[in-house]
Amino acid sequence: MNGRIKLIFSIIATITIILIIALVGILMDEDVLKADFKIKNIEPCLEYPFGTDWMGRDMLARTVKGLSISIVIGLVASIVSAVMAVIIGTLAGTMPKWVDSILGWLIDLVMGIPHLVLLILISFAVGRGIKGVMIGIAVTHWTSLARLVRSEVLQIRNEFYIKLSKKLGKSNIYILKNHILPHLLPQFIIGLVLLFPHAILHEAAVTFLGFGLPPEVPAIGIILSESMKYLSAGKWHLALFPGLSLVAIVLLFEHIGSNIKKVLDPYNAQN
Amino acid sequence: MSKLLEVIDMSISFKMYEKGFRQSYTQVINNLCIKVSRGEILAIVGSSGSGKSLLAHGILGLLPNNATMTGKILYEGKGLTEKRIEELRGKKIALVPQSVTYLDPLMRIAKQVRGNVKNEERIRKQKESFRRYDLCENSEKLFPYQLSGGMARRALICTAEQEDVDLIIADEPTPGLDIELAMKTLRYFRELADKGKGVLLITHDIDLALNVADNIAVFYAGTTVEITPVSDFLKGEEGLRHPYTKALFNAMPQNGFKAVKGYQPYYKDLPKGCLYSPRCTIAKEECSKSKIPMRQLRGGMVRCIYAT
Amino acid sequence: MVSKIIKKILRLISLELAVCITVFVLITLSPIDPVQSYVGAGVAVSPEQRENIAEYWGLNSSLEDRFLSWGKSILKGDFGTSLIYRRPVISVIYEKFASSIALMGTAWILSSLIGYSLGIIMGVNQDKPLDRIIKSICILLSSTPTFWVGLLVLIVFSVNLGWFPIGLSVPSGILSSEVRLIDKIYHMILPALTLSLTSFAAVALHTREKVITVLESDYVLFAKARGESQMEIIQGHLIRNTIIPTITMQFASFSELFGGSVLVEQVFSYPGLGQAAVQAGLRSDIPLLLGIAIFSALFVFLGNFIADLVYGLVDPKIKEI
Repeated sequence: MNGRIKLIFSIIATITIILIIALVGILMDEDVLKADFKIKNIEPCLEYPFGTDWMGRDMLARTVKGLSISIVIGLVASIVSAVMAVIIGTLAGTMPKWVDSILGWLIDLVMGIPHLVLLILISFAVGRGIKGVMIGIAVTHWTSLARLVRSEVLQIRNEFYIKLSKKLGKSNIYILKNHILPHLLPQFIIGLVLLFPHAILHEAAVTFLGFGLPPEVPAIGIILSESMKYLSAGKWHLALFPGLSLVAIVLLFEHIGSNIKKVLDPYNAQN
Repeated sequence: MSKLLEVIDMSISFKMYEKGFRQSYTQVINNLCIKVSRGEILAIVGSSGSGKSLLAHGILGLLPNNATMTGKILYEGKGLTEKRIEELRGKKIALVPQSVTYLDPLMRIAKQVRGNVKNEERIRKQKESFRRYDLCENSEKLFPYQLSGGMARRALICTAEQEDVDLIIADEPTPGLDIELAMKTLRYFRELADKGKGVLLITHDIDLALNVADNIAVFYAGTTVEITPVSDFLKGEEGLRHPYTKALFNAMPQNGFKAVKGYQPYYKDLPKGCLYSPRCTIAKEECSKSKIPMRQLRGGMVRCIYAT
Repeated sequence: MVSKIIKKILRLISLELAVCITVFVLITLSPIDPVQSYVGAGVAVSPEQRENIAEYWGLNSSLEDRFLSWGKSILKGDFGTSLIYRRPVISVIYEKFASSIALMGTAWILSSLIGYSLGIIMGVNQDKPLDRIIKSICILLSSTPTFWVGLLVLIVFSVNLGWFPIGLSVPSGILSSEVRLIDKIYHMILPALTLSLTSFAAVALHTREKVITVLESDYVLFAKARGESQMEIIQGHLIRNTIIPTITMQFASFSELFGGSVLVEQVFSYPGLGQAAVQAGLRSDIPLLLGIAIFSALFVFLGNFIADLVYGLVDPKIKEI
């Protein structure tokens, strides 16, 4: 089998795994998440692979639920962010110079405030909760992809066939739709997939700090933040497995990202 | 004259991904044969961008990872193994590369010309070279980006003078130099050859090659179609063997500028048999059947069944 | 060169000004009532008390007036008084930043050294087992949340091995002026370790790319053609051509560094600026939150500025433009 077909299979397989985790979490029966003091503080065992916590909640169920929440938030925030990046990057690359300067300045501005501080501020501004995380992550993650799109657009604009197309009297909108945007599609897809890990990690981080999802939601950030109180009591499993699962999800996304890159960007595959 | 370098049937191909999922091997150099003796300048003449530089890198064992080289290279009669070329590089075989990008952008030029040897003797040698090539003392402290095209070229030539080498592979050493300096450079190669060294001069400029070389190898579509003494080239069509070389001769300005019809084939869709057959005026059915080997003819070599 | 620097400084000032406006607007947008939040949820506040507090913070005047009066005092260096610490914001920031900078600085230097060395090792051994192993570790580390690494470090070194206390950067019960330097260092080890662990991967992967580009360059090919050994190429060309990008990148990454320190400080209860930011956010200490946001942006901009400067000073190609 050819290497690139293997890559595509691997991408599909990884996406399927992520989808299954997301679906299991979303469709999960709320009863599984309920506290049951009869089974509190159980170390990881066959029945409860991730153990249970001080309230007798099944950590595996909580973790899967948390992961599905992370995946959904990551998905929404990444898509919004990537669309913003393409719009702003394309504007910067096609509009007059002064628009480009202003947008460049705006990018510097967003990048200037440390992400986490900006996330805290935005969460504060919209009154905490899931809305704050979504907006915060969408607003902070578009910058580098926007820069990439901008330089790509500038490069395409100088290609011979674009100039020819202009000479032939095609309108700017036509050129944008038929020549520039199709070229940006690979960048958009790669950028989108690679935004995921950042979005998920930042969501977990702000939630961990107490600015993200409310404490009653079993988000990974909440689970890990709660686990801190029980670490000194030796309840290491409360922190280890949920965190490990989060890392696994992030790695799955990285894996998809790098494989899509290899498929769409065969130059790198030559080495 | 003892043989210094002999390249037999060298082919270089690259692994590539095409659009879609096919993986293919693209052959850029095909069954190339040349030899350089002590005291000889062999000029390889071919059009720009036809993969001539790869030949130089191939001999030096410096091809990129996705390239595969087959064939045989002999140096002083013995096979050139990876280990052996490593020992010879820079010491016995020098490369004069073709552009300023071969200079470290962050290293001052004098230091760069001296290379990694740091002693009085080397500094003296470098200063001497700079004088010979009209590089003033002020230029010693310059970085490559500050050099003009001609200065960079001269600096590159200086690098080849730093060690006492036996074989010089010069890859397009003259573009960017004015005619006087170009001739000076070539005369310098001539001097070196006369002292018993071998020079492999890779160029697209036939006129220059005719001025200084002993033999000319004509490079077409990744292979050598003819190797001829310069004297035969000066005789014109009758002296030459291969139809392409004859066409090339007729295309020179002083010979009437008669251009050959057609283009060199792109290396992705090379003809099966003789690479020149699609453009050749004397080609017959047989020519496109199978690969044509190089054969001896009138003191030269030719890759053509019908050449006389 | 000089006019370029002036331009950069002007841009820095305009950005910093925009940061002030942005954070001010964000804070005023908030539906969270700072008075109630400060007094504590559930505690009844009499209208009189509320009025007092509101007037004290200038909450009754119009938005523009508040921004202008706030802006004026900031220009004078007066960031107001922190609600949590009951001290001028500027002195809180000064004290907290001093301990944060020790933490961030240590981690920054460590991650630069480790990251750069690993980057060189990976690039030189491109696609060999050593490269693959280190690269996988780097990708793994950069996919790992900083705070979780902190938790693991805490589990291993504090809970299981018992080498370090859990939480608190200084021994409790001692006046902060009496804390010995050695204690401070002792309490900084784990946070600094965590922060270095999560930040060297980016440097290493970035350096690796640069190394590969340099090794594939024409000038390295020529160096090989001249008989230079691999060691000579590394010393003579590779380091020369990769060190500036790495240093530049490190200065330009103050934002990530600060973000990492916020998380690490939270995990290890390290009394730095990051922890103060979290507290200010959670307990609606608006003056402190504003102050830290502005200060952290200044920190990032200065990093970027130094990055540009280093690039301009050391790289001869840019020096003379």
